[in-house]
Formats: sequence, C-alpha cells, structure tokens
Amino acid sequence: MILDNPLVLALVKGIVGVIILISFISLNVLFLTWYERKVIARIQVRYGPNRAGKFGLLQPLADTAKLLAKEDIVPEKADRAVFTFAPATAFAVALLPTMAIPFASGLIVSDLNIGILYIIAVSSLATIPVIMGGWGSNNKYTLLGGMRTIAQSISYEIPFVLSIIGVVALAGSLSMVQIINAQTNIWYVFLQPLGFVVFFIAMIAETSRIPFDLPESESELVAGFHTEYSGMKFAMFLFAEYIHMVVASALLVILFFGGWNIPFITLPVIAQAVVFIGKMYVVMTVMIWIRGTLPRITIVQMTSIGWKVLIPLALLNIMITGIFMSL
Amino acid sequence: MVQISEIPTGPNEMILNLGPQHPSTHGVCRLVLRTDGEKVLNIEPVIGYLHRGIEKLAENRTYIQFLPLTDRLDYVAAMGNNMPYAMAIEDLMEIEVPERAEYIRVIMLELQRLASHLLFVATFGADLGAWTVLMYGFRERERILDLLEMVSGGRLLYSYIYPGGVRYDLPEGFVEKCRKTLKELPKYFEDYNDYFYSNEIFLKRCEGVGVLKAEDAINLGITGPILRACGAPHDLRKDDPYSIYDQLDFKVITEKEGDTLARFNVRMGEIYESINIVNQALDSLPEGDFRAKVPKVLKPPPGAVYSRTEAPRGELSIYLLSDGESKNPYRLKIRSPSFCNLSAFPFFAEGDILANVVANFAGIDIVLGDVDR
Repeated sequence: MILDNPLVLALVKGIVGVIILISFISLNVLFLTWYERKVIARIQVRYGPNRAGKFGLLQPLADTAKLLAKEDIVPEKADRAVFTFAPATAFAVALLPTMAIPFASGLIVSDLNIGILYIIAVSSLATIPVIMGGWGSNNKYTLLGGMRTIAQSISYEIPFVLSIIGVVALAGSLSMVQIINAQTNIWYVFLQPLGFVVFFIAMIAETSRIPFDLPESESELVAGFHTEYSGMKFAMFLFAEYIHMVVASALLVILFFGGWNIPFITLPVIAQAVVFIGKMYVVMTVMIWIRGTLPRITIVQMTSIGWKVLIPLALLNIMITGIFMSL
Repeated sequence: MVQISEIPTGPNEMILNLGPQHPSTHGVCRLVLRTDGEKVLNIEPVIGYLHRGIEKLAENRTYIQFLPLTDRLDYVAAMGNNMPYAMAIEDLMEIEVPERAEYIRVIMLELQRLASHLLFVATFGADLGAWTVLMYGFRERERILDLLEMVSGGRLLYSYIYPGGVRYDLPEGFVEKCRKTLKELPKYFEDYNDYFYSNEIFLKRCEGVGVLKAEDAINLGITGPILRACGAPHDLRKDDPYSIYDQLDFKVITEKEGDTLARFNVRMGEIYESINIVNQALDSLPEGDFRAKVPKVLKPPPGAVYSRTEAPRGELSIYLLSDGESKNPYRLKIRSPSFCNLSAFPFFAEGDILANVVANFAGIDIVLGDVDR
C-alpha cells in the first residue's frame, strides 16, 4: 500500500487537514460578515440584512455572487503585478496562523512545539500585502493607508508579543496545546489581568478595527489601502480581514480563557470544539460592540498609546510575573 | 490668496485632493492639501462645484417665484433661508406681519435650527468614525422633520415662510404633537451626553483642534456657533432682534476655548435653547391671521434693503434692490454663513495632522449649497 509509507501518510493527512481547516474558516468568515452587520445594525437601531434568506442569512452568499460578477478594474498607472498579487497574498498570509490553532484536543493541523512563536511570526507578515496594495495602486490615499499600516504594526507588534511572554512563562511552553492544558483549572486572565488588557488592545490594533482602523479610515482616506480595489480582489482583502479577526479571537481564547477548557469539567472532543467556538464568538461580539461605540483615534494618539502606555505596561507585567514566579 | 499649486513641493511633500467626491466633505467641496506625510502644511478650499447661479436667477424670476429657490441655499435648514428673503420683501413693501404669523415663524425657525444641529451632531460623529451616532442623530431629526412636514407638506424644502406671514396656518393637532415631541427629545439627548462626554477618545479628538481666538474670528468674518465658541456672544436674535425674538427669554450659548469641542458644546447647548424658545412661543401663540393681505403679484417700490437673520450656521443676510418697475428683483445678493466660515477655514486648520483637519472641517459644519449658491 502506498499509504504505508509514513511520508505519504503525513502528506495526505496534512492536505485533508488543510482543506477541512480552510472550509471551516471560510464558513466562519461568511457567517461573521452577516453576524457583524446584524449586531452593528442592532446597536445603530436598524434591522440589518433581512431580505436574502431567513434573517438575511444568505446575504454573505449574495454579496459574494455580486462581487464575483463585478468588473475587475486595474488602474492604468498601477503597478499591475504588485496590485494583482496583493489581495492573494493577503488571503494566503491571513490563513497561515490558523494552521497552529487547536480547536479541540487533537483538532489541530500541526501541533508545533513553538506554536505561539510561529503565529506571531506569520501574523506580522500581514503588513506586507497591505503595503503592496497601498503602493501598487499608485494612489495617494492608498499610499497614506499603507504608511499608516506600517506605523501601526511597528507600534503594536511589540506590546503584542511582550504581553504574551507572561503567559508563556506561566505555562512553561510555546506549544498552543500545552498552554491550554496548563489552564485546566484556572484561566490566565485571572493570573495575568494586566497582560490581558495589553494583549486585547494590541490585538484590536493588529486587526485594524475601530478605534484603530487608521489604515482604512473612510472619513479621511476614502477607503485607505483598498480604495482602488473592486470585485473579487476587494473581497479577498475583506476576507483576509475577517480571518484576522477569527485568528485574533482564537488567540485570545487560547492564551487567556483556557481554550476549550471549562474549569473542573472534562469535556468530550465535540463539546470542546463547541465551547471553543462559543468563546471565540463572545470575544468577537465584544470587538463588534467596540466598533459600534467608539470613534477612531488619530495617528498621533495611536503611536503614543502604543509606545508610551502599552509597552511600559507590558514590561511591568513581565516583571511582576517574574517576581511572582521566583517566589 | 496663494495658490497651492504654485508653492514648490518639497521632497517628502505631496499635493492631496480631498474631494470633490469624498466621504467627509459633506457635498462637493474640494480641499487641496499640501501634505508632508500625515501633516497638512497648506489648505486651499476650491469651491464652485455646486454653483447654480441663484443670485442671477433671482433677476429673472418674480419675487414669489424666487422663494422656492431660497430653499436650495442651505438645504438642511431651508426654513432659515426663507426668512431673510421674506423679511427683505416686507421691509421694502412695508407689510405689517400679523403677530400669529411671527410666532409660527419663530417656532419653525427654531425647529429648523434643532434639526440642523442634530444633523451636525450626526455627521460629526461619522467624521470621527463613530457611525452609530449618525443613526441616532438622524433618528431624532426625523421627529422634527415630521413636524415640519405636517405644516408645510415638505420634508426638506418647505417654502413655508412667505412674504407677509406663512403659507398655511398651523394644522389641527400640531401644537399638541409639537409639545409631545419636544418633551420626549431631551431624553434622547441625554444619551448623546453620555456618549460624547464620557468618551475619552471623543474628547481627545476634539480638544485643542482648530483653536481660534475671538479677535481673529471677528476679523475673518466668522459668524454663528463658531464665533460663539470663541467667546464672542454675537447672536442676531439678541443683537439685532427680528420677528418676536425680543419678547422671548433665551440665553446666548458661548464657550471660551474656541476649539472643535467648544463648537460642539455650543451647538449642543443651542439644541436645548431652541426647545426652550419653541415651548415659550407655543405657550403664548396668539389667535389671528397667519398672513397679511399681500397682492398676488408683488411689485415693491424702488429701493434697497438688507435683512439679517441668525441662521443655524451663522449670519444669513439678503440684500435686495428693486427698481420699482419690473416684477423681478433688480439685484439680489446673499451673504451666506457657510461661505464666510469656509473661506476662513485654512487660517485655523493648517499645520495640523490629516485626521484633525477632517475633524475640524466637520466642526465648522458647512453646507455646500450655502457656499456655492
């Protein structure tokens, strides 16, 4: 049998895993677009989508069909190659971190022993397609949007990583599964409240959502880095953004809310996955809620919060964690 | 004025066209910005995209035919535009306006001010990225528009204030409905206060943005809430009272700081003050005619008048010249608040970052129909 060869077996397993993962994430993203519009609409005393299907649930499909049918415009002066590759890169790069996310015990494509390090490394790649799109469009608004993305990711990558160090120190491992297993009885949000706050703010900034949606602030830069994009290319950027949101919420659940764990209860695998996804949606609801209530900050405030507030707080958190651990 | 295109652009600088099609220009205004990264070095407003030649059109319309065109000046506060035009004709023809008509006018003008300021609050929120406020502001404005629709039949353009009085009498049930609305609205405004004043991001976005001294504001010809936000208590309703404003008891809202937050505060204060004025006018609304007897075809004697009113955005005045022979105005000149406020905009907005320029621009609350005419 060809499957007896361990290399082939690993390859087949990997491909099947990736296909299942991508379908799962895509389904989540489609649902999330509907969910976000619905929640925002409720906050804004509107109904939201309610025409396509029951409760407008088919709206994401209708939107996708519409975007597929749209004319694909490439501006005349744009750098054609960069402009075309940017959305594809955005989509691919956004999917990379999902590889190392465990949705239940055993439900993980690849349990890397440096899982969290891998996720941090590939999620910082997300800046590149934005700059590609911003520069390649050859438009002043997109250029400003791209520049803001650089400023934002430099300012917030550091507190983002520093706030995780406390968790890693407590768990004693970089592996995602072991971090979750270390929280069987107590979630790290109670042991690392400061780290949680820093991580949460930095996470919203990393996903470029209000109040940190500077790269695409519509009242200043029209649509920021994706001003010139239309049709399916635009949809790819949008998709990538929602994947970032899914990944970010999954990370928060894993690092601070015990992943699939409910304290003192042992769950079967299916229930674990349900608990995990349920927690993710709670986090995403909070993110949507924030979007519905806060105005946008300026670039000056953004950088000063990042450097003057979040980084010192994250360092303080590391120090406190270190002192407590050596006691 | 220096043309931005004539200033040589430095190595890191670029010219950015904000508008004419842009989400936060509130119409078709174009701002040419010379920027260095996020910093805006020079601003040059370019106007004329909505120019319809209304002043010239007036010379080819009869006096009454021109009335609907005044609606199209500041189209979110159309009642306020009818007023100075009607006043100019009344001055010229020496028409005595019945008292009931004056009361109805003041009620309408203040309701319009309320609606206009609510629109400001809504769009101001949207320009700062708080889209929820946009929906809230429009929801409350809708209640006012319902009232205005009840009396005039229109929701945006009314042509209701008419030379000699108002076009129709108040419909049955209006007074009750108006009182009910005005009683319910402040509850919603409490939500606004909660939203804005307990929101650190909002306060930080507005404080110290576009600071203007009272002296400079007066020299630049700025009027309305922007001037009052600098500490100058200039309000034509008090300083040069028209209609029945001298019989009403109300405060002129002023602030000291002269920044965008002060402008916002002044408008929020005026919302409450307008409710107060309408309530007073409703309490003492007299019986009588709603319009003086005016001829079907107006033919004023020769002469010139200048009528000044305090529109929601500042001093809106009309200069009207009649030659005494034709049925059309010989010359009509409109002094619109948005135009004067916009022309002074670069003075207090240059040198700031792009995001603050947008906030600042939203804070002066211009309407392009009023700027271009």
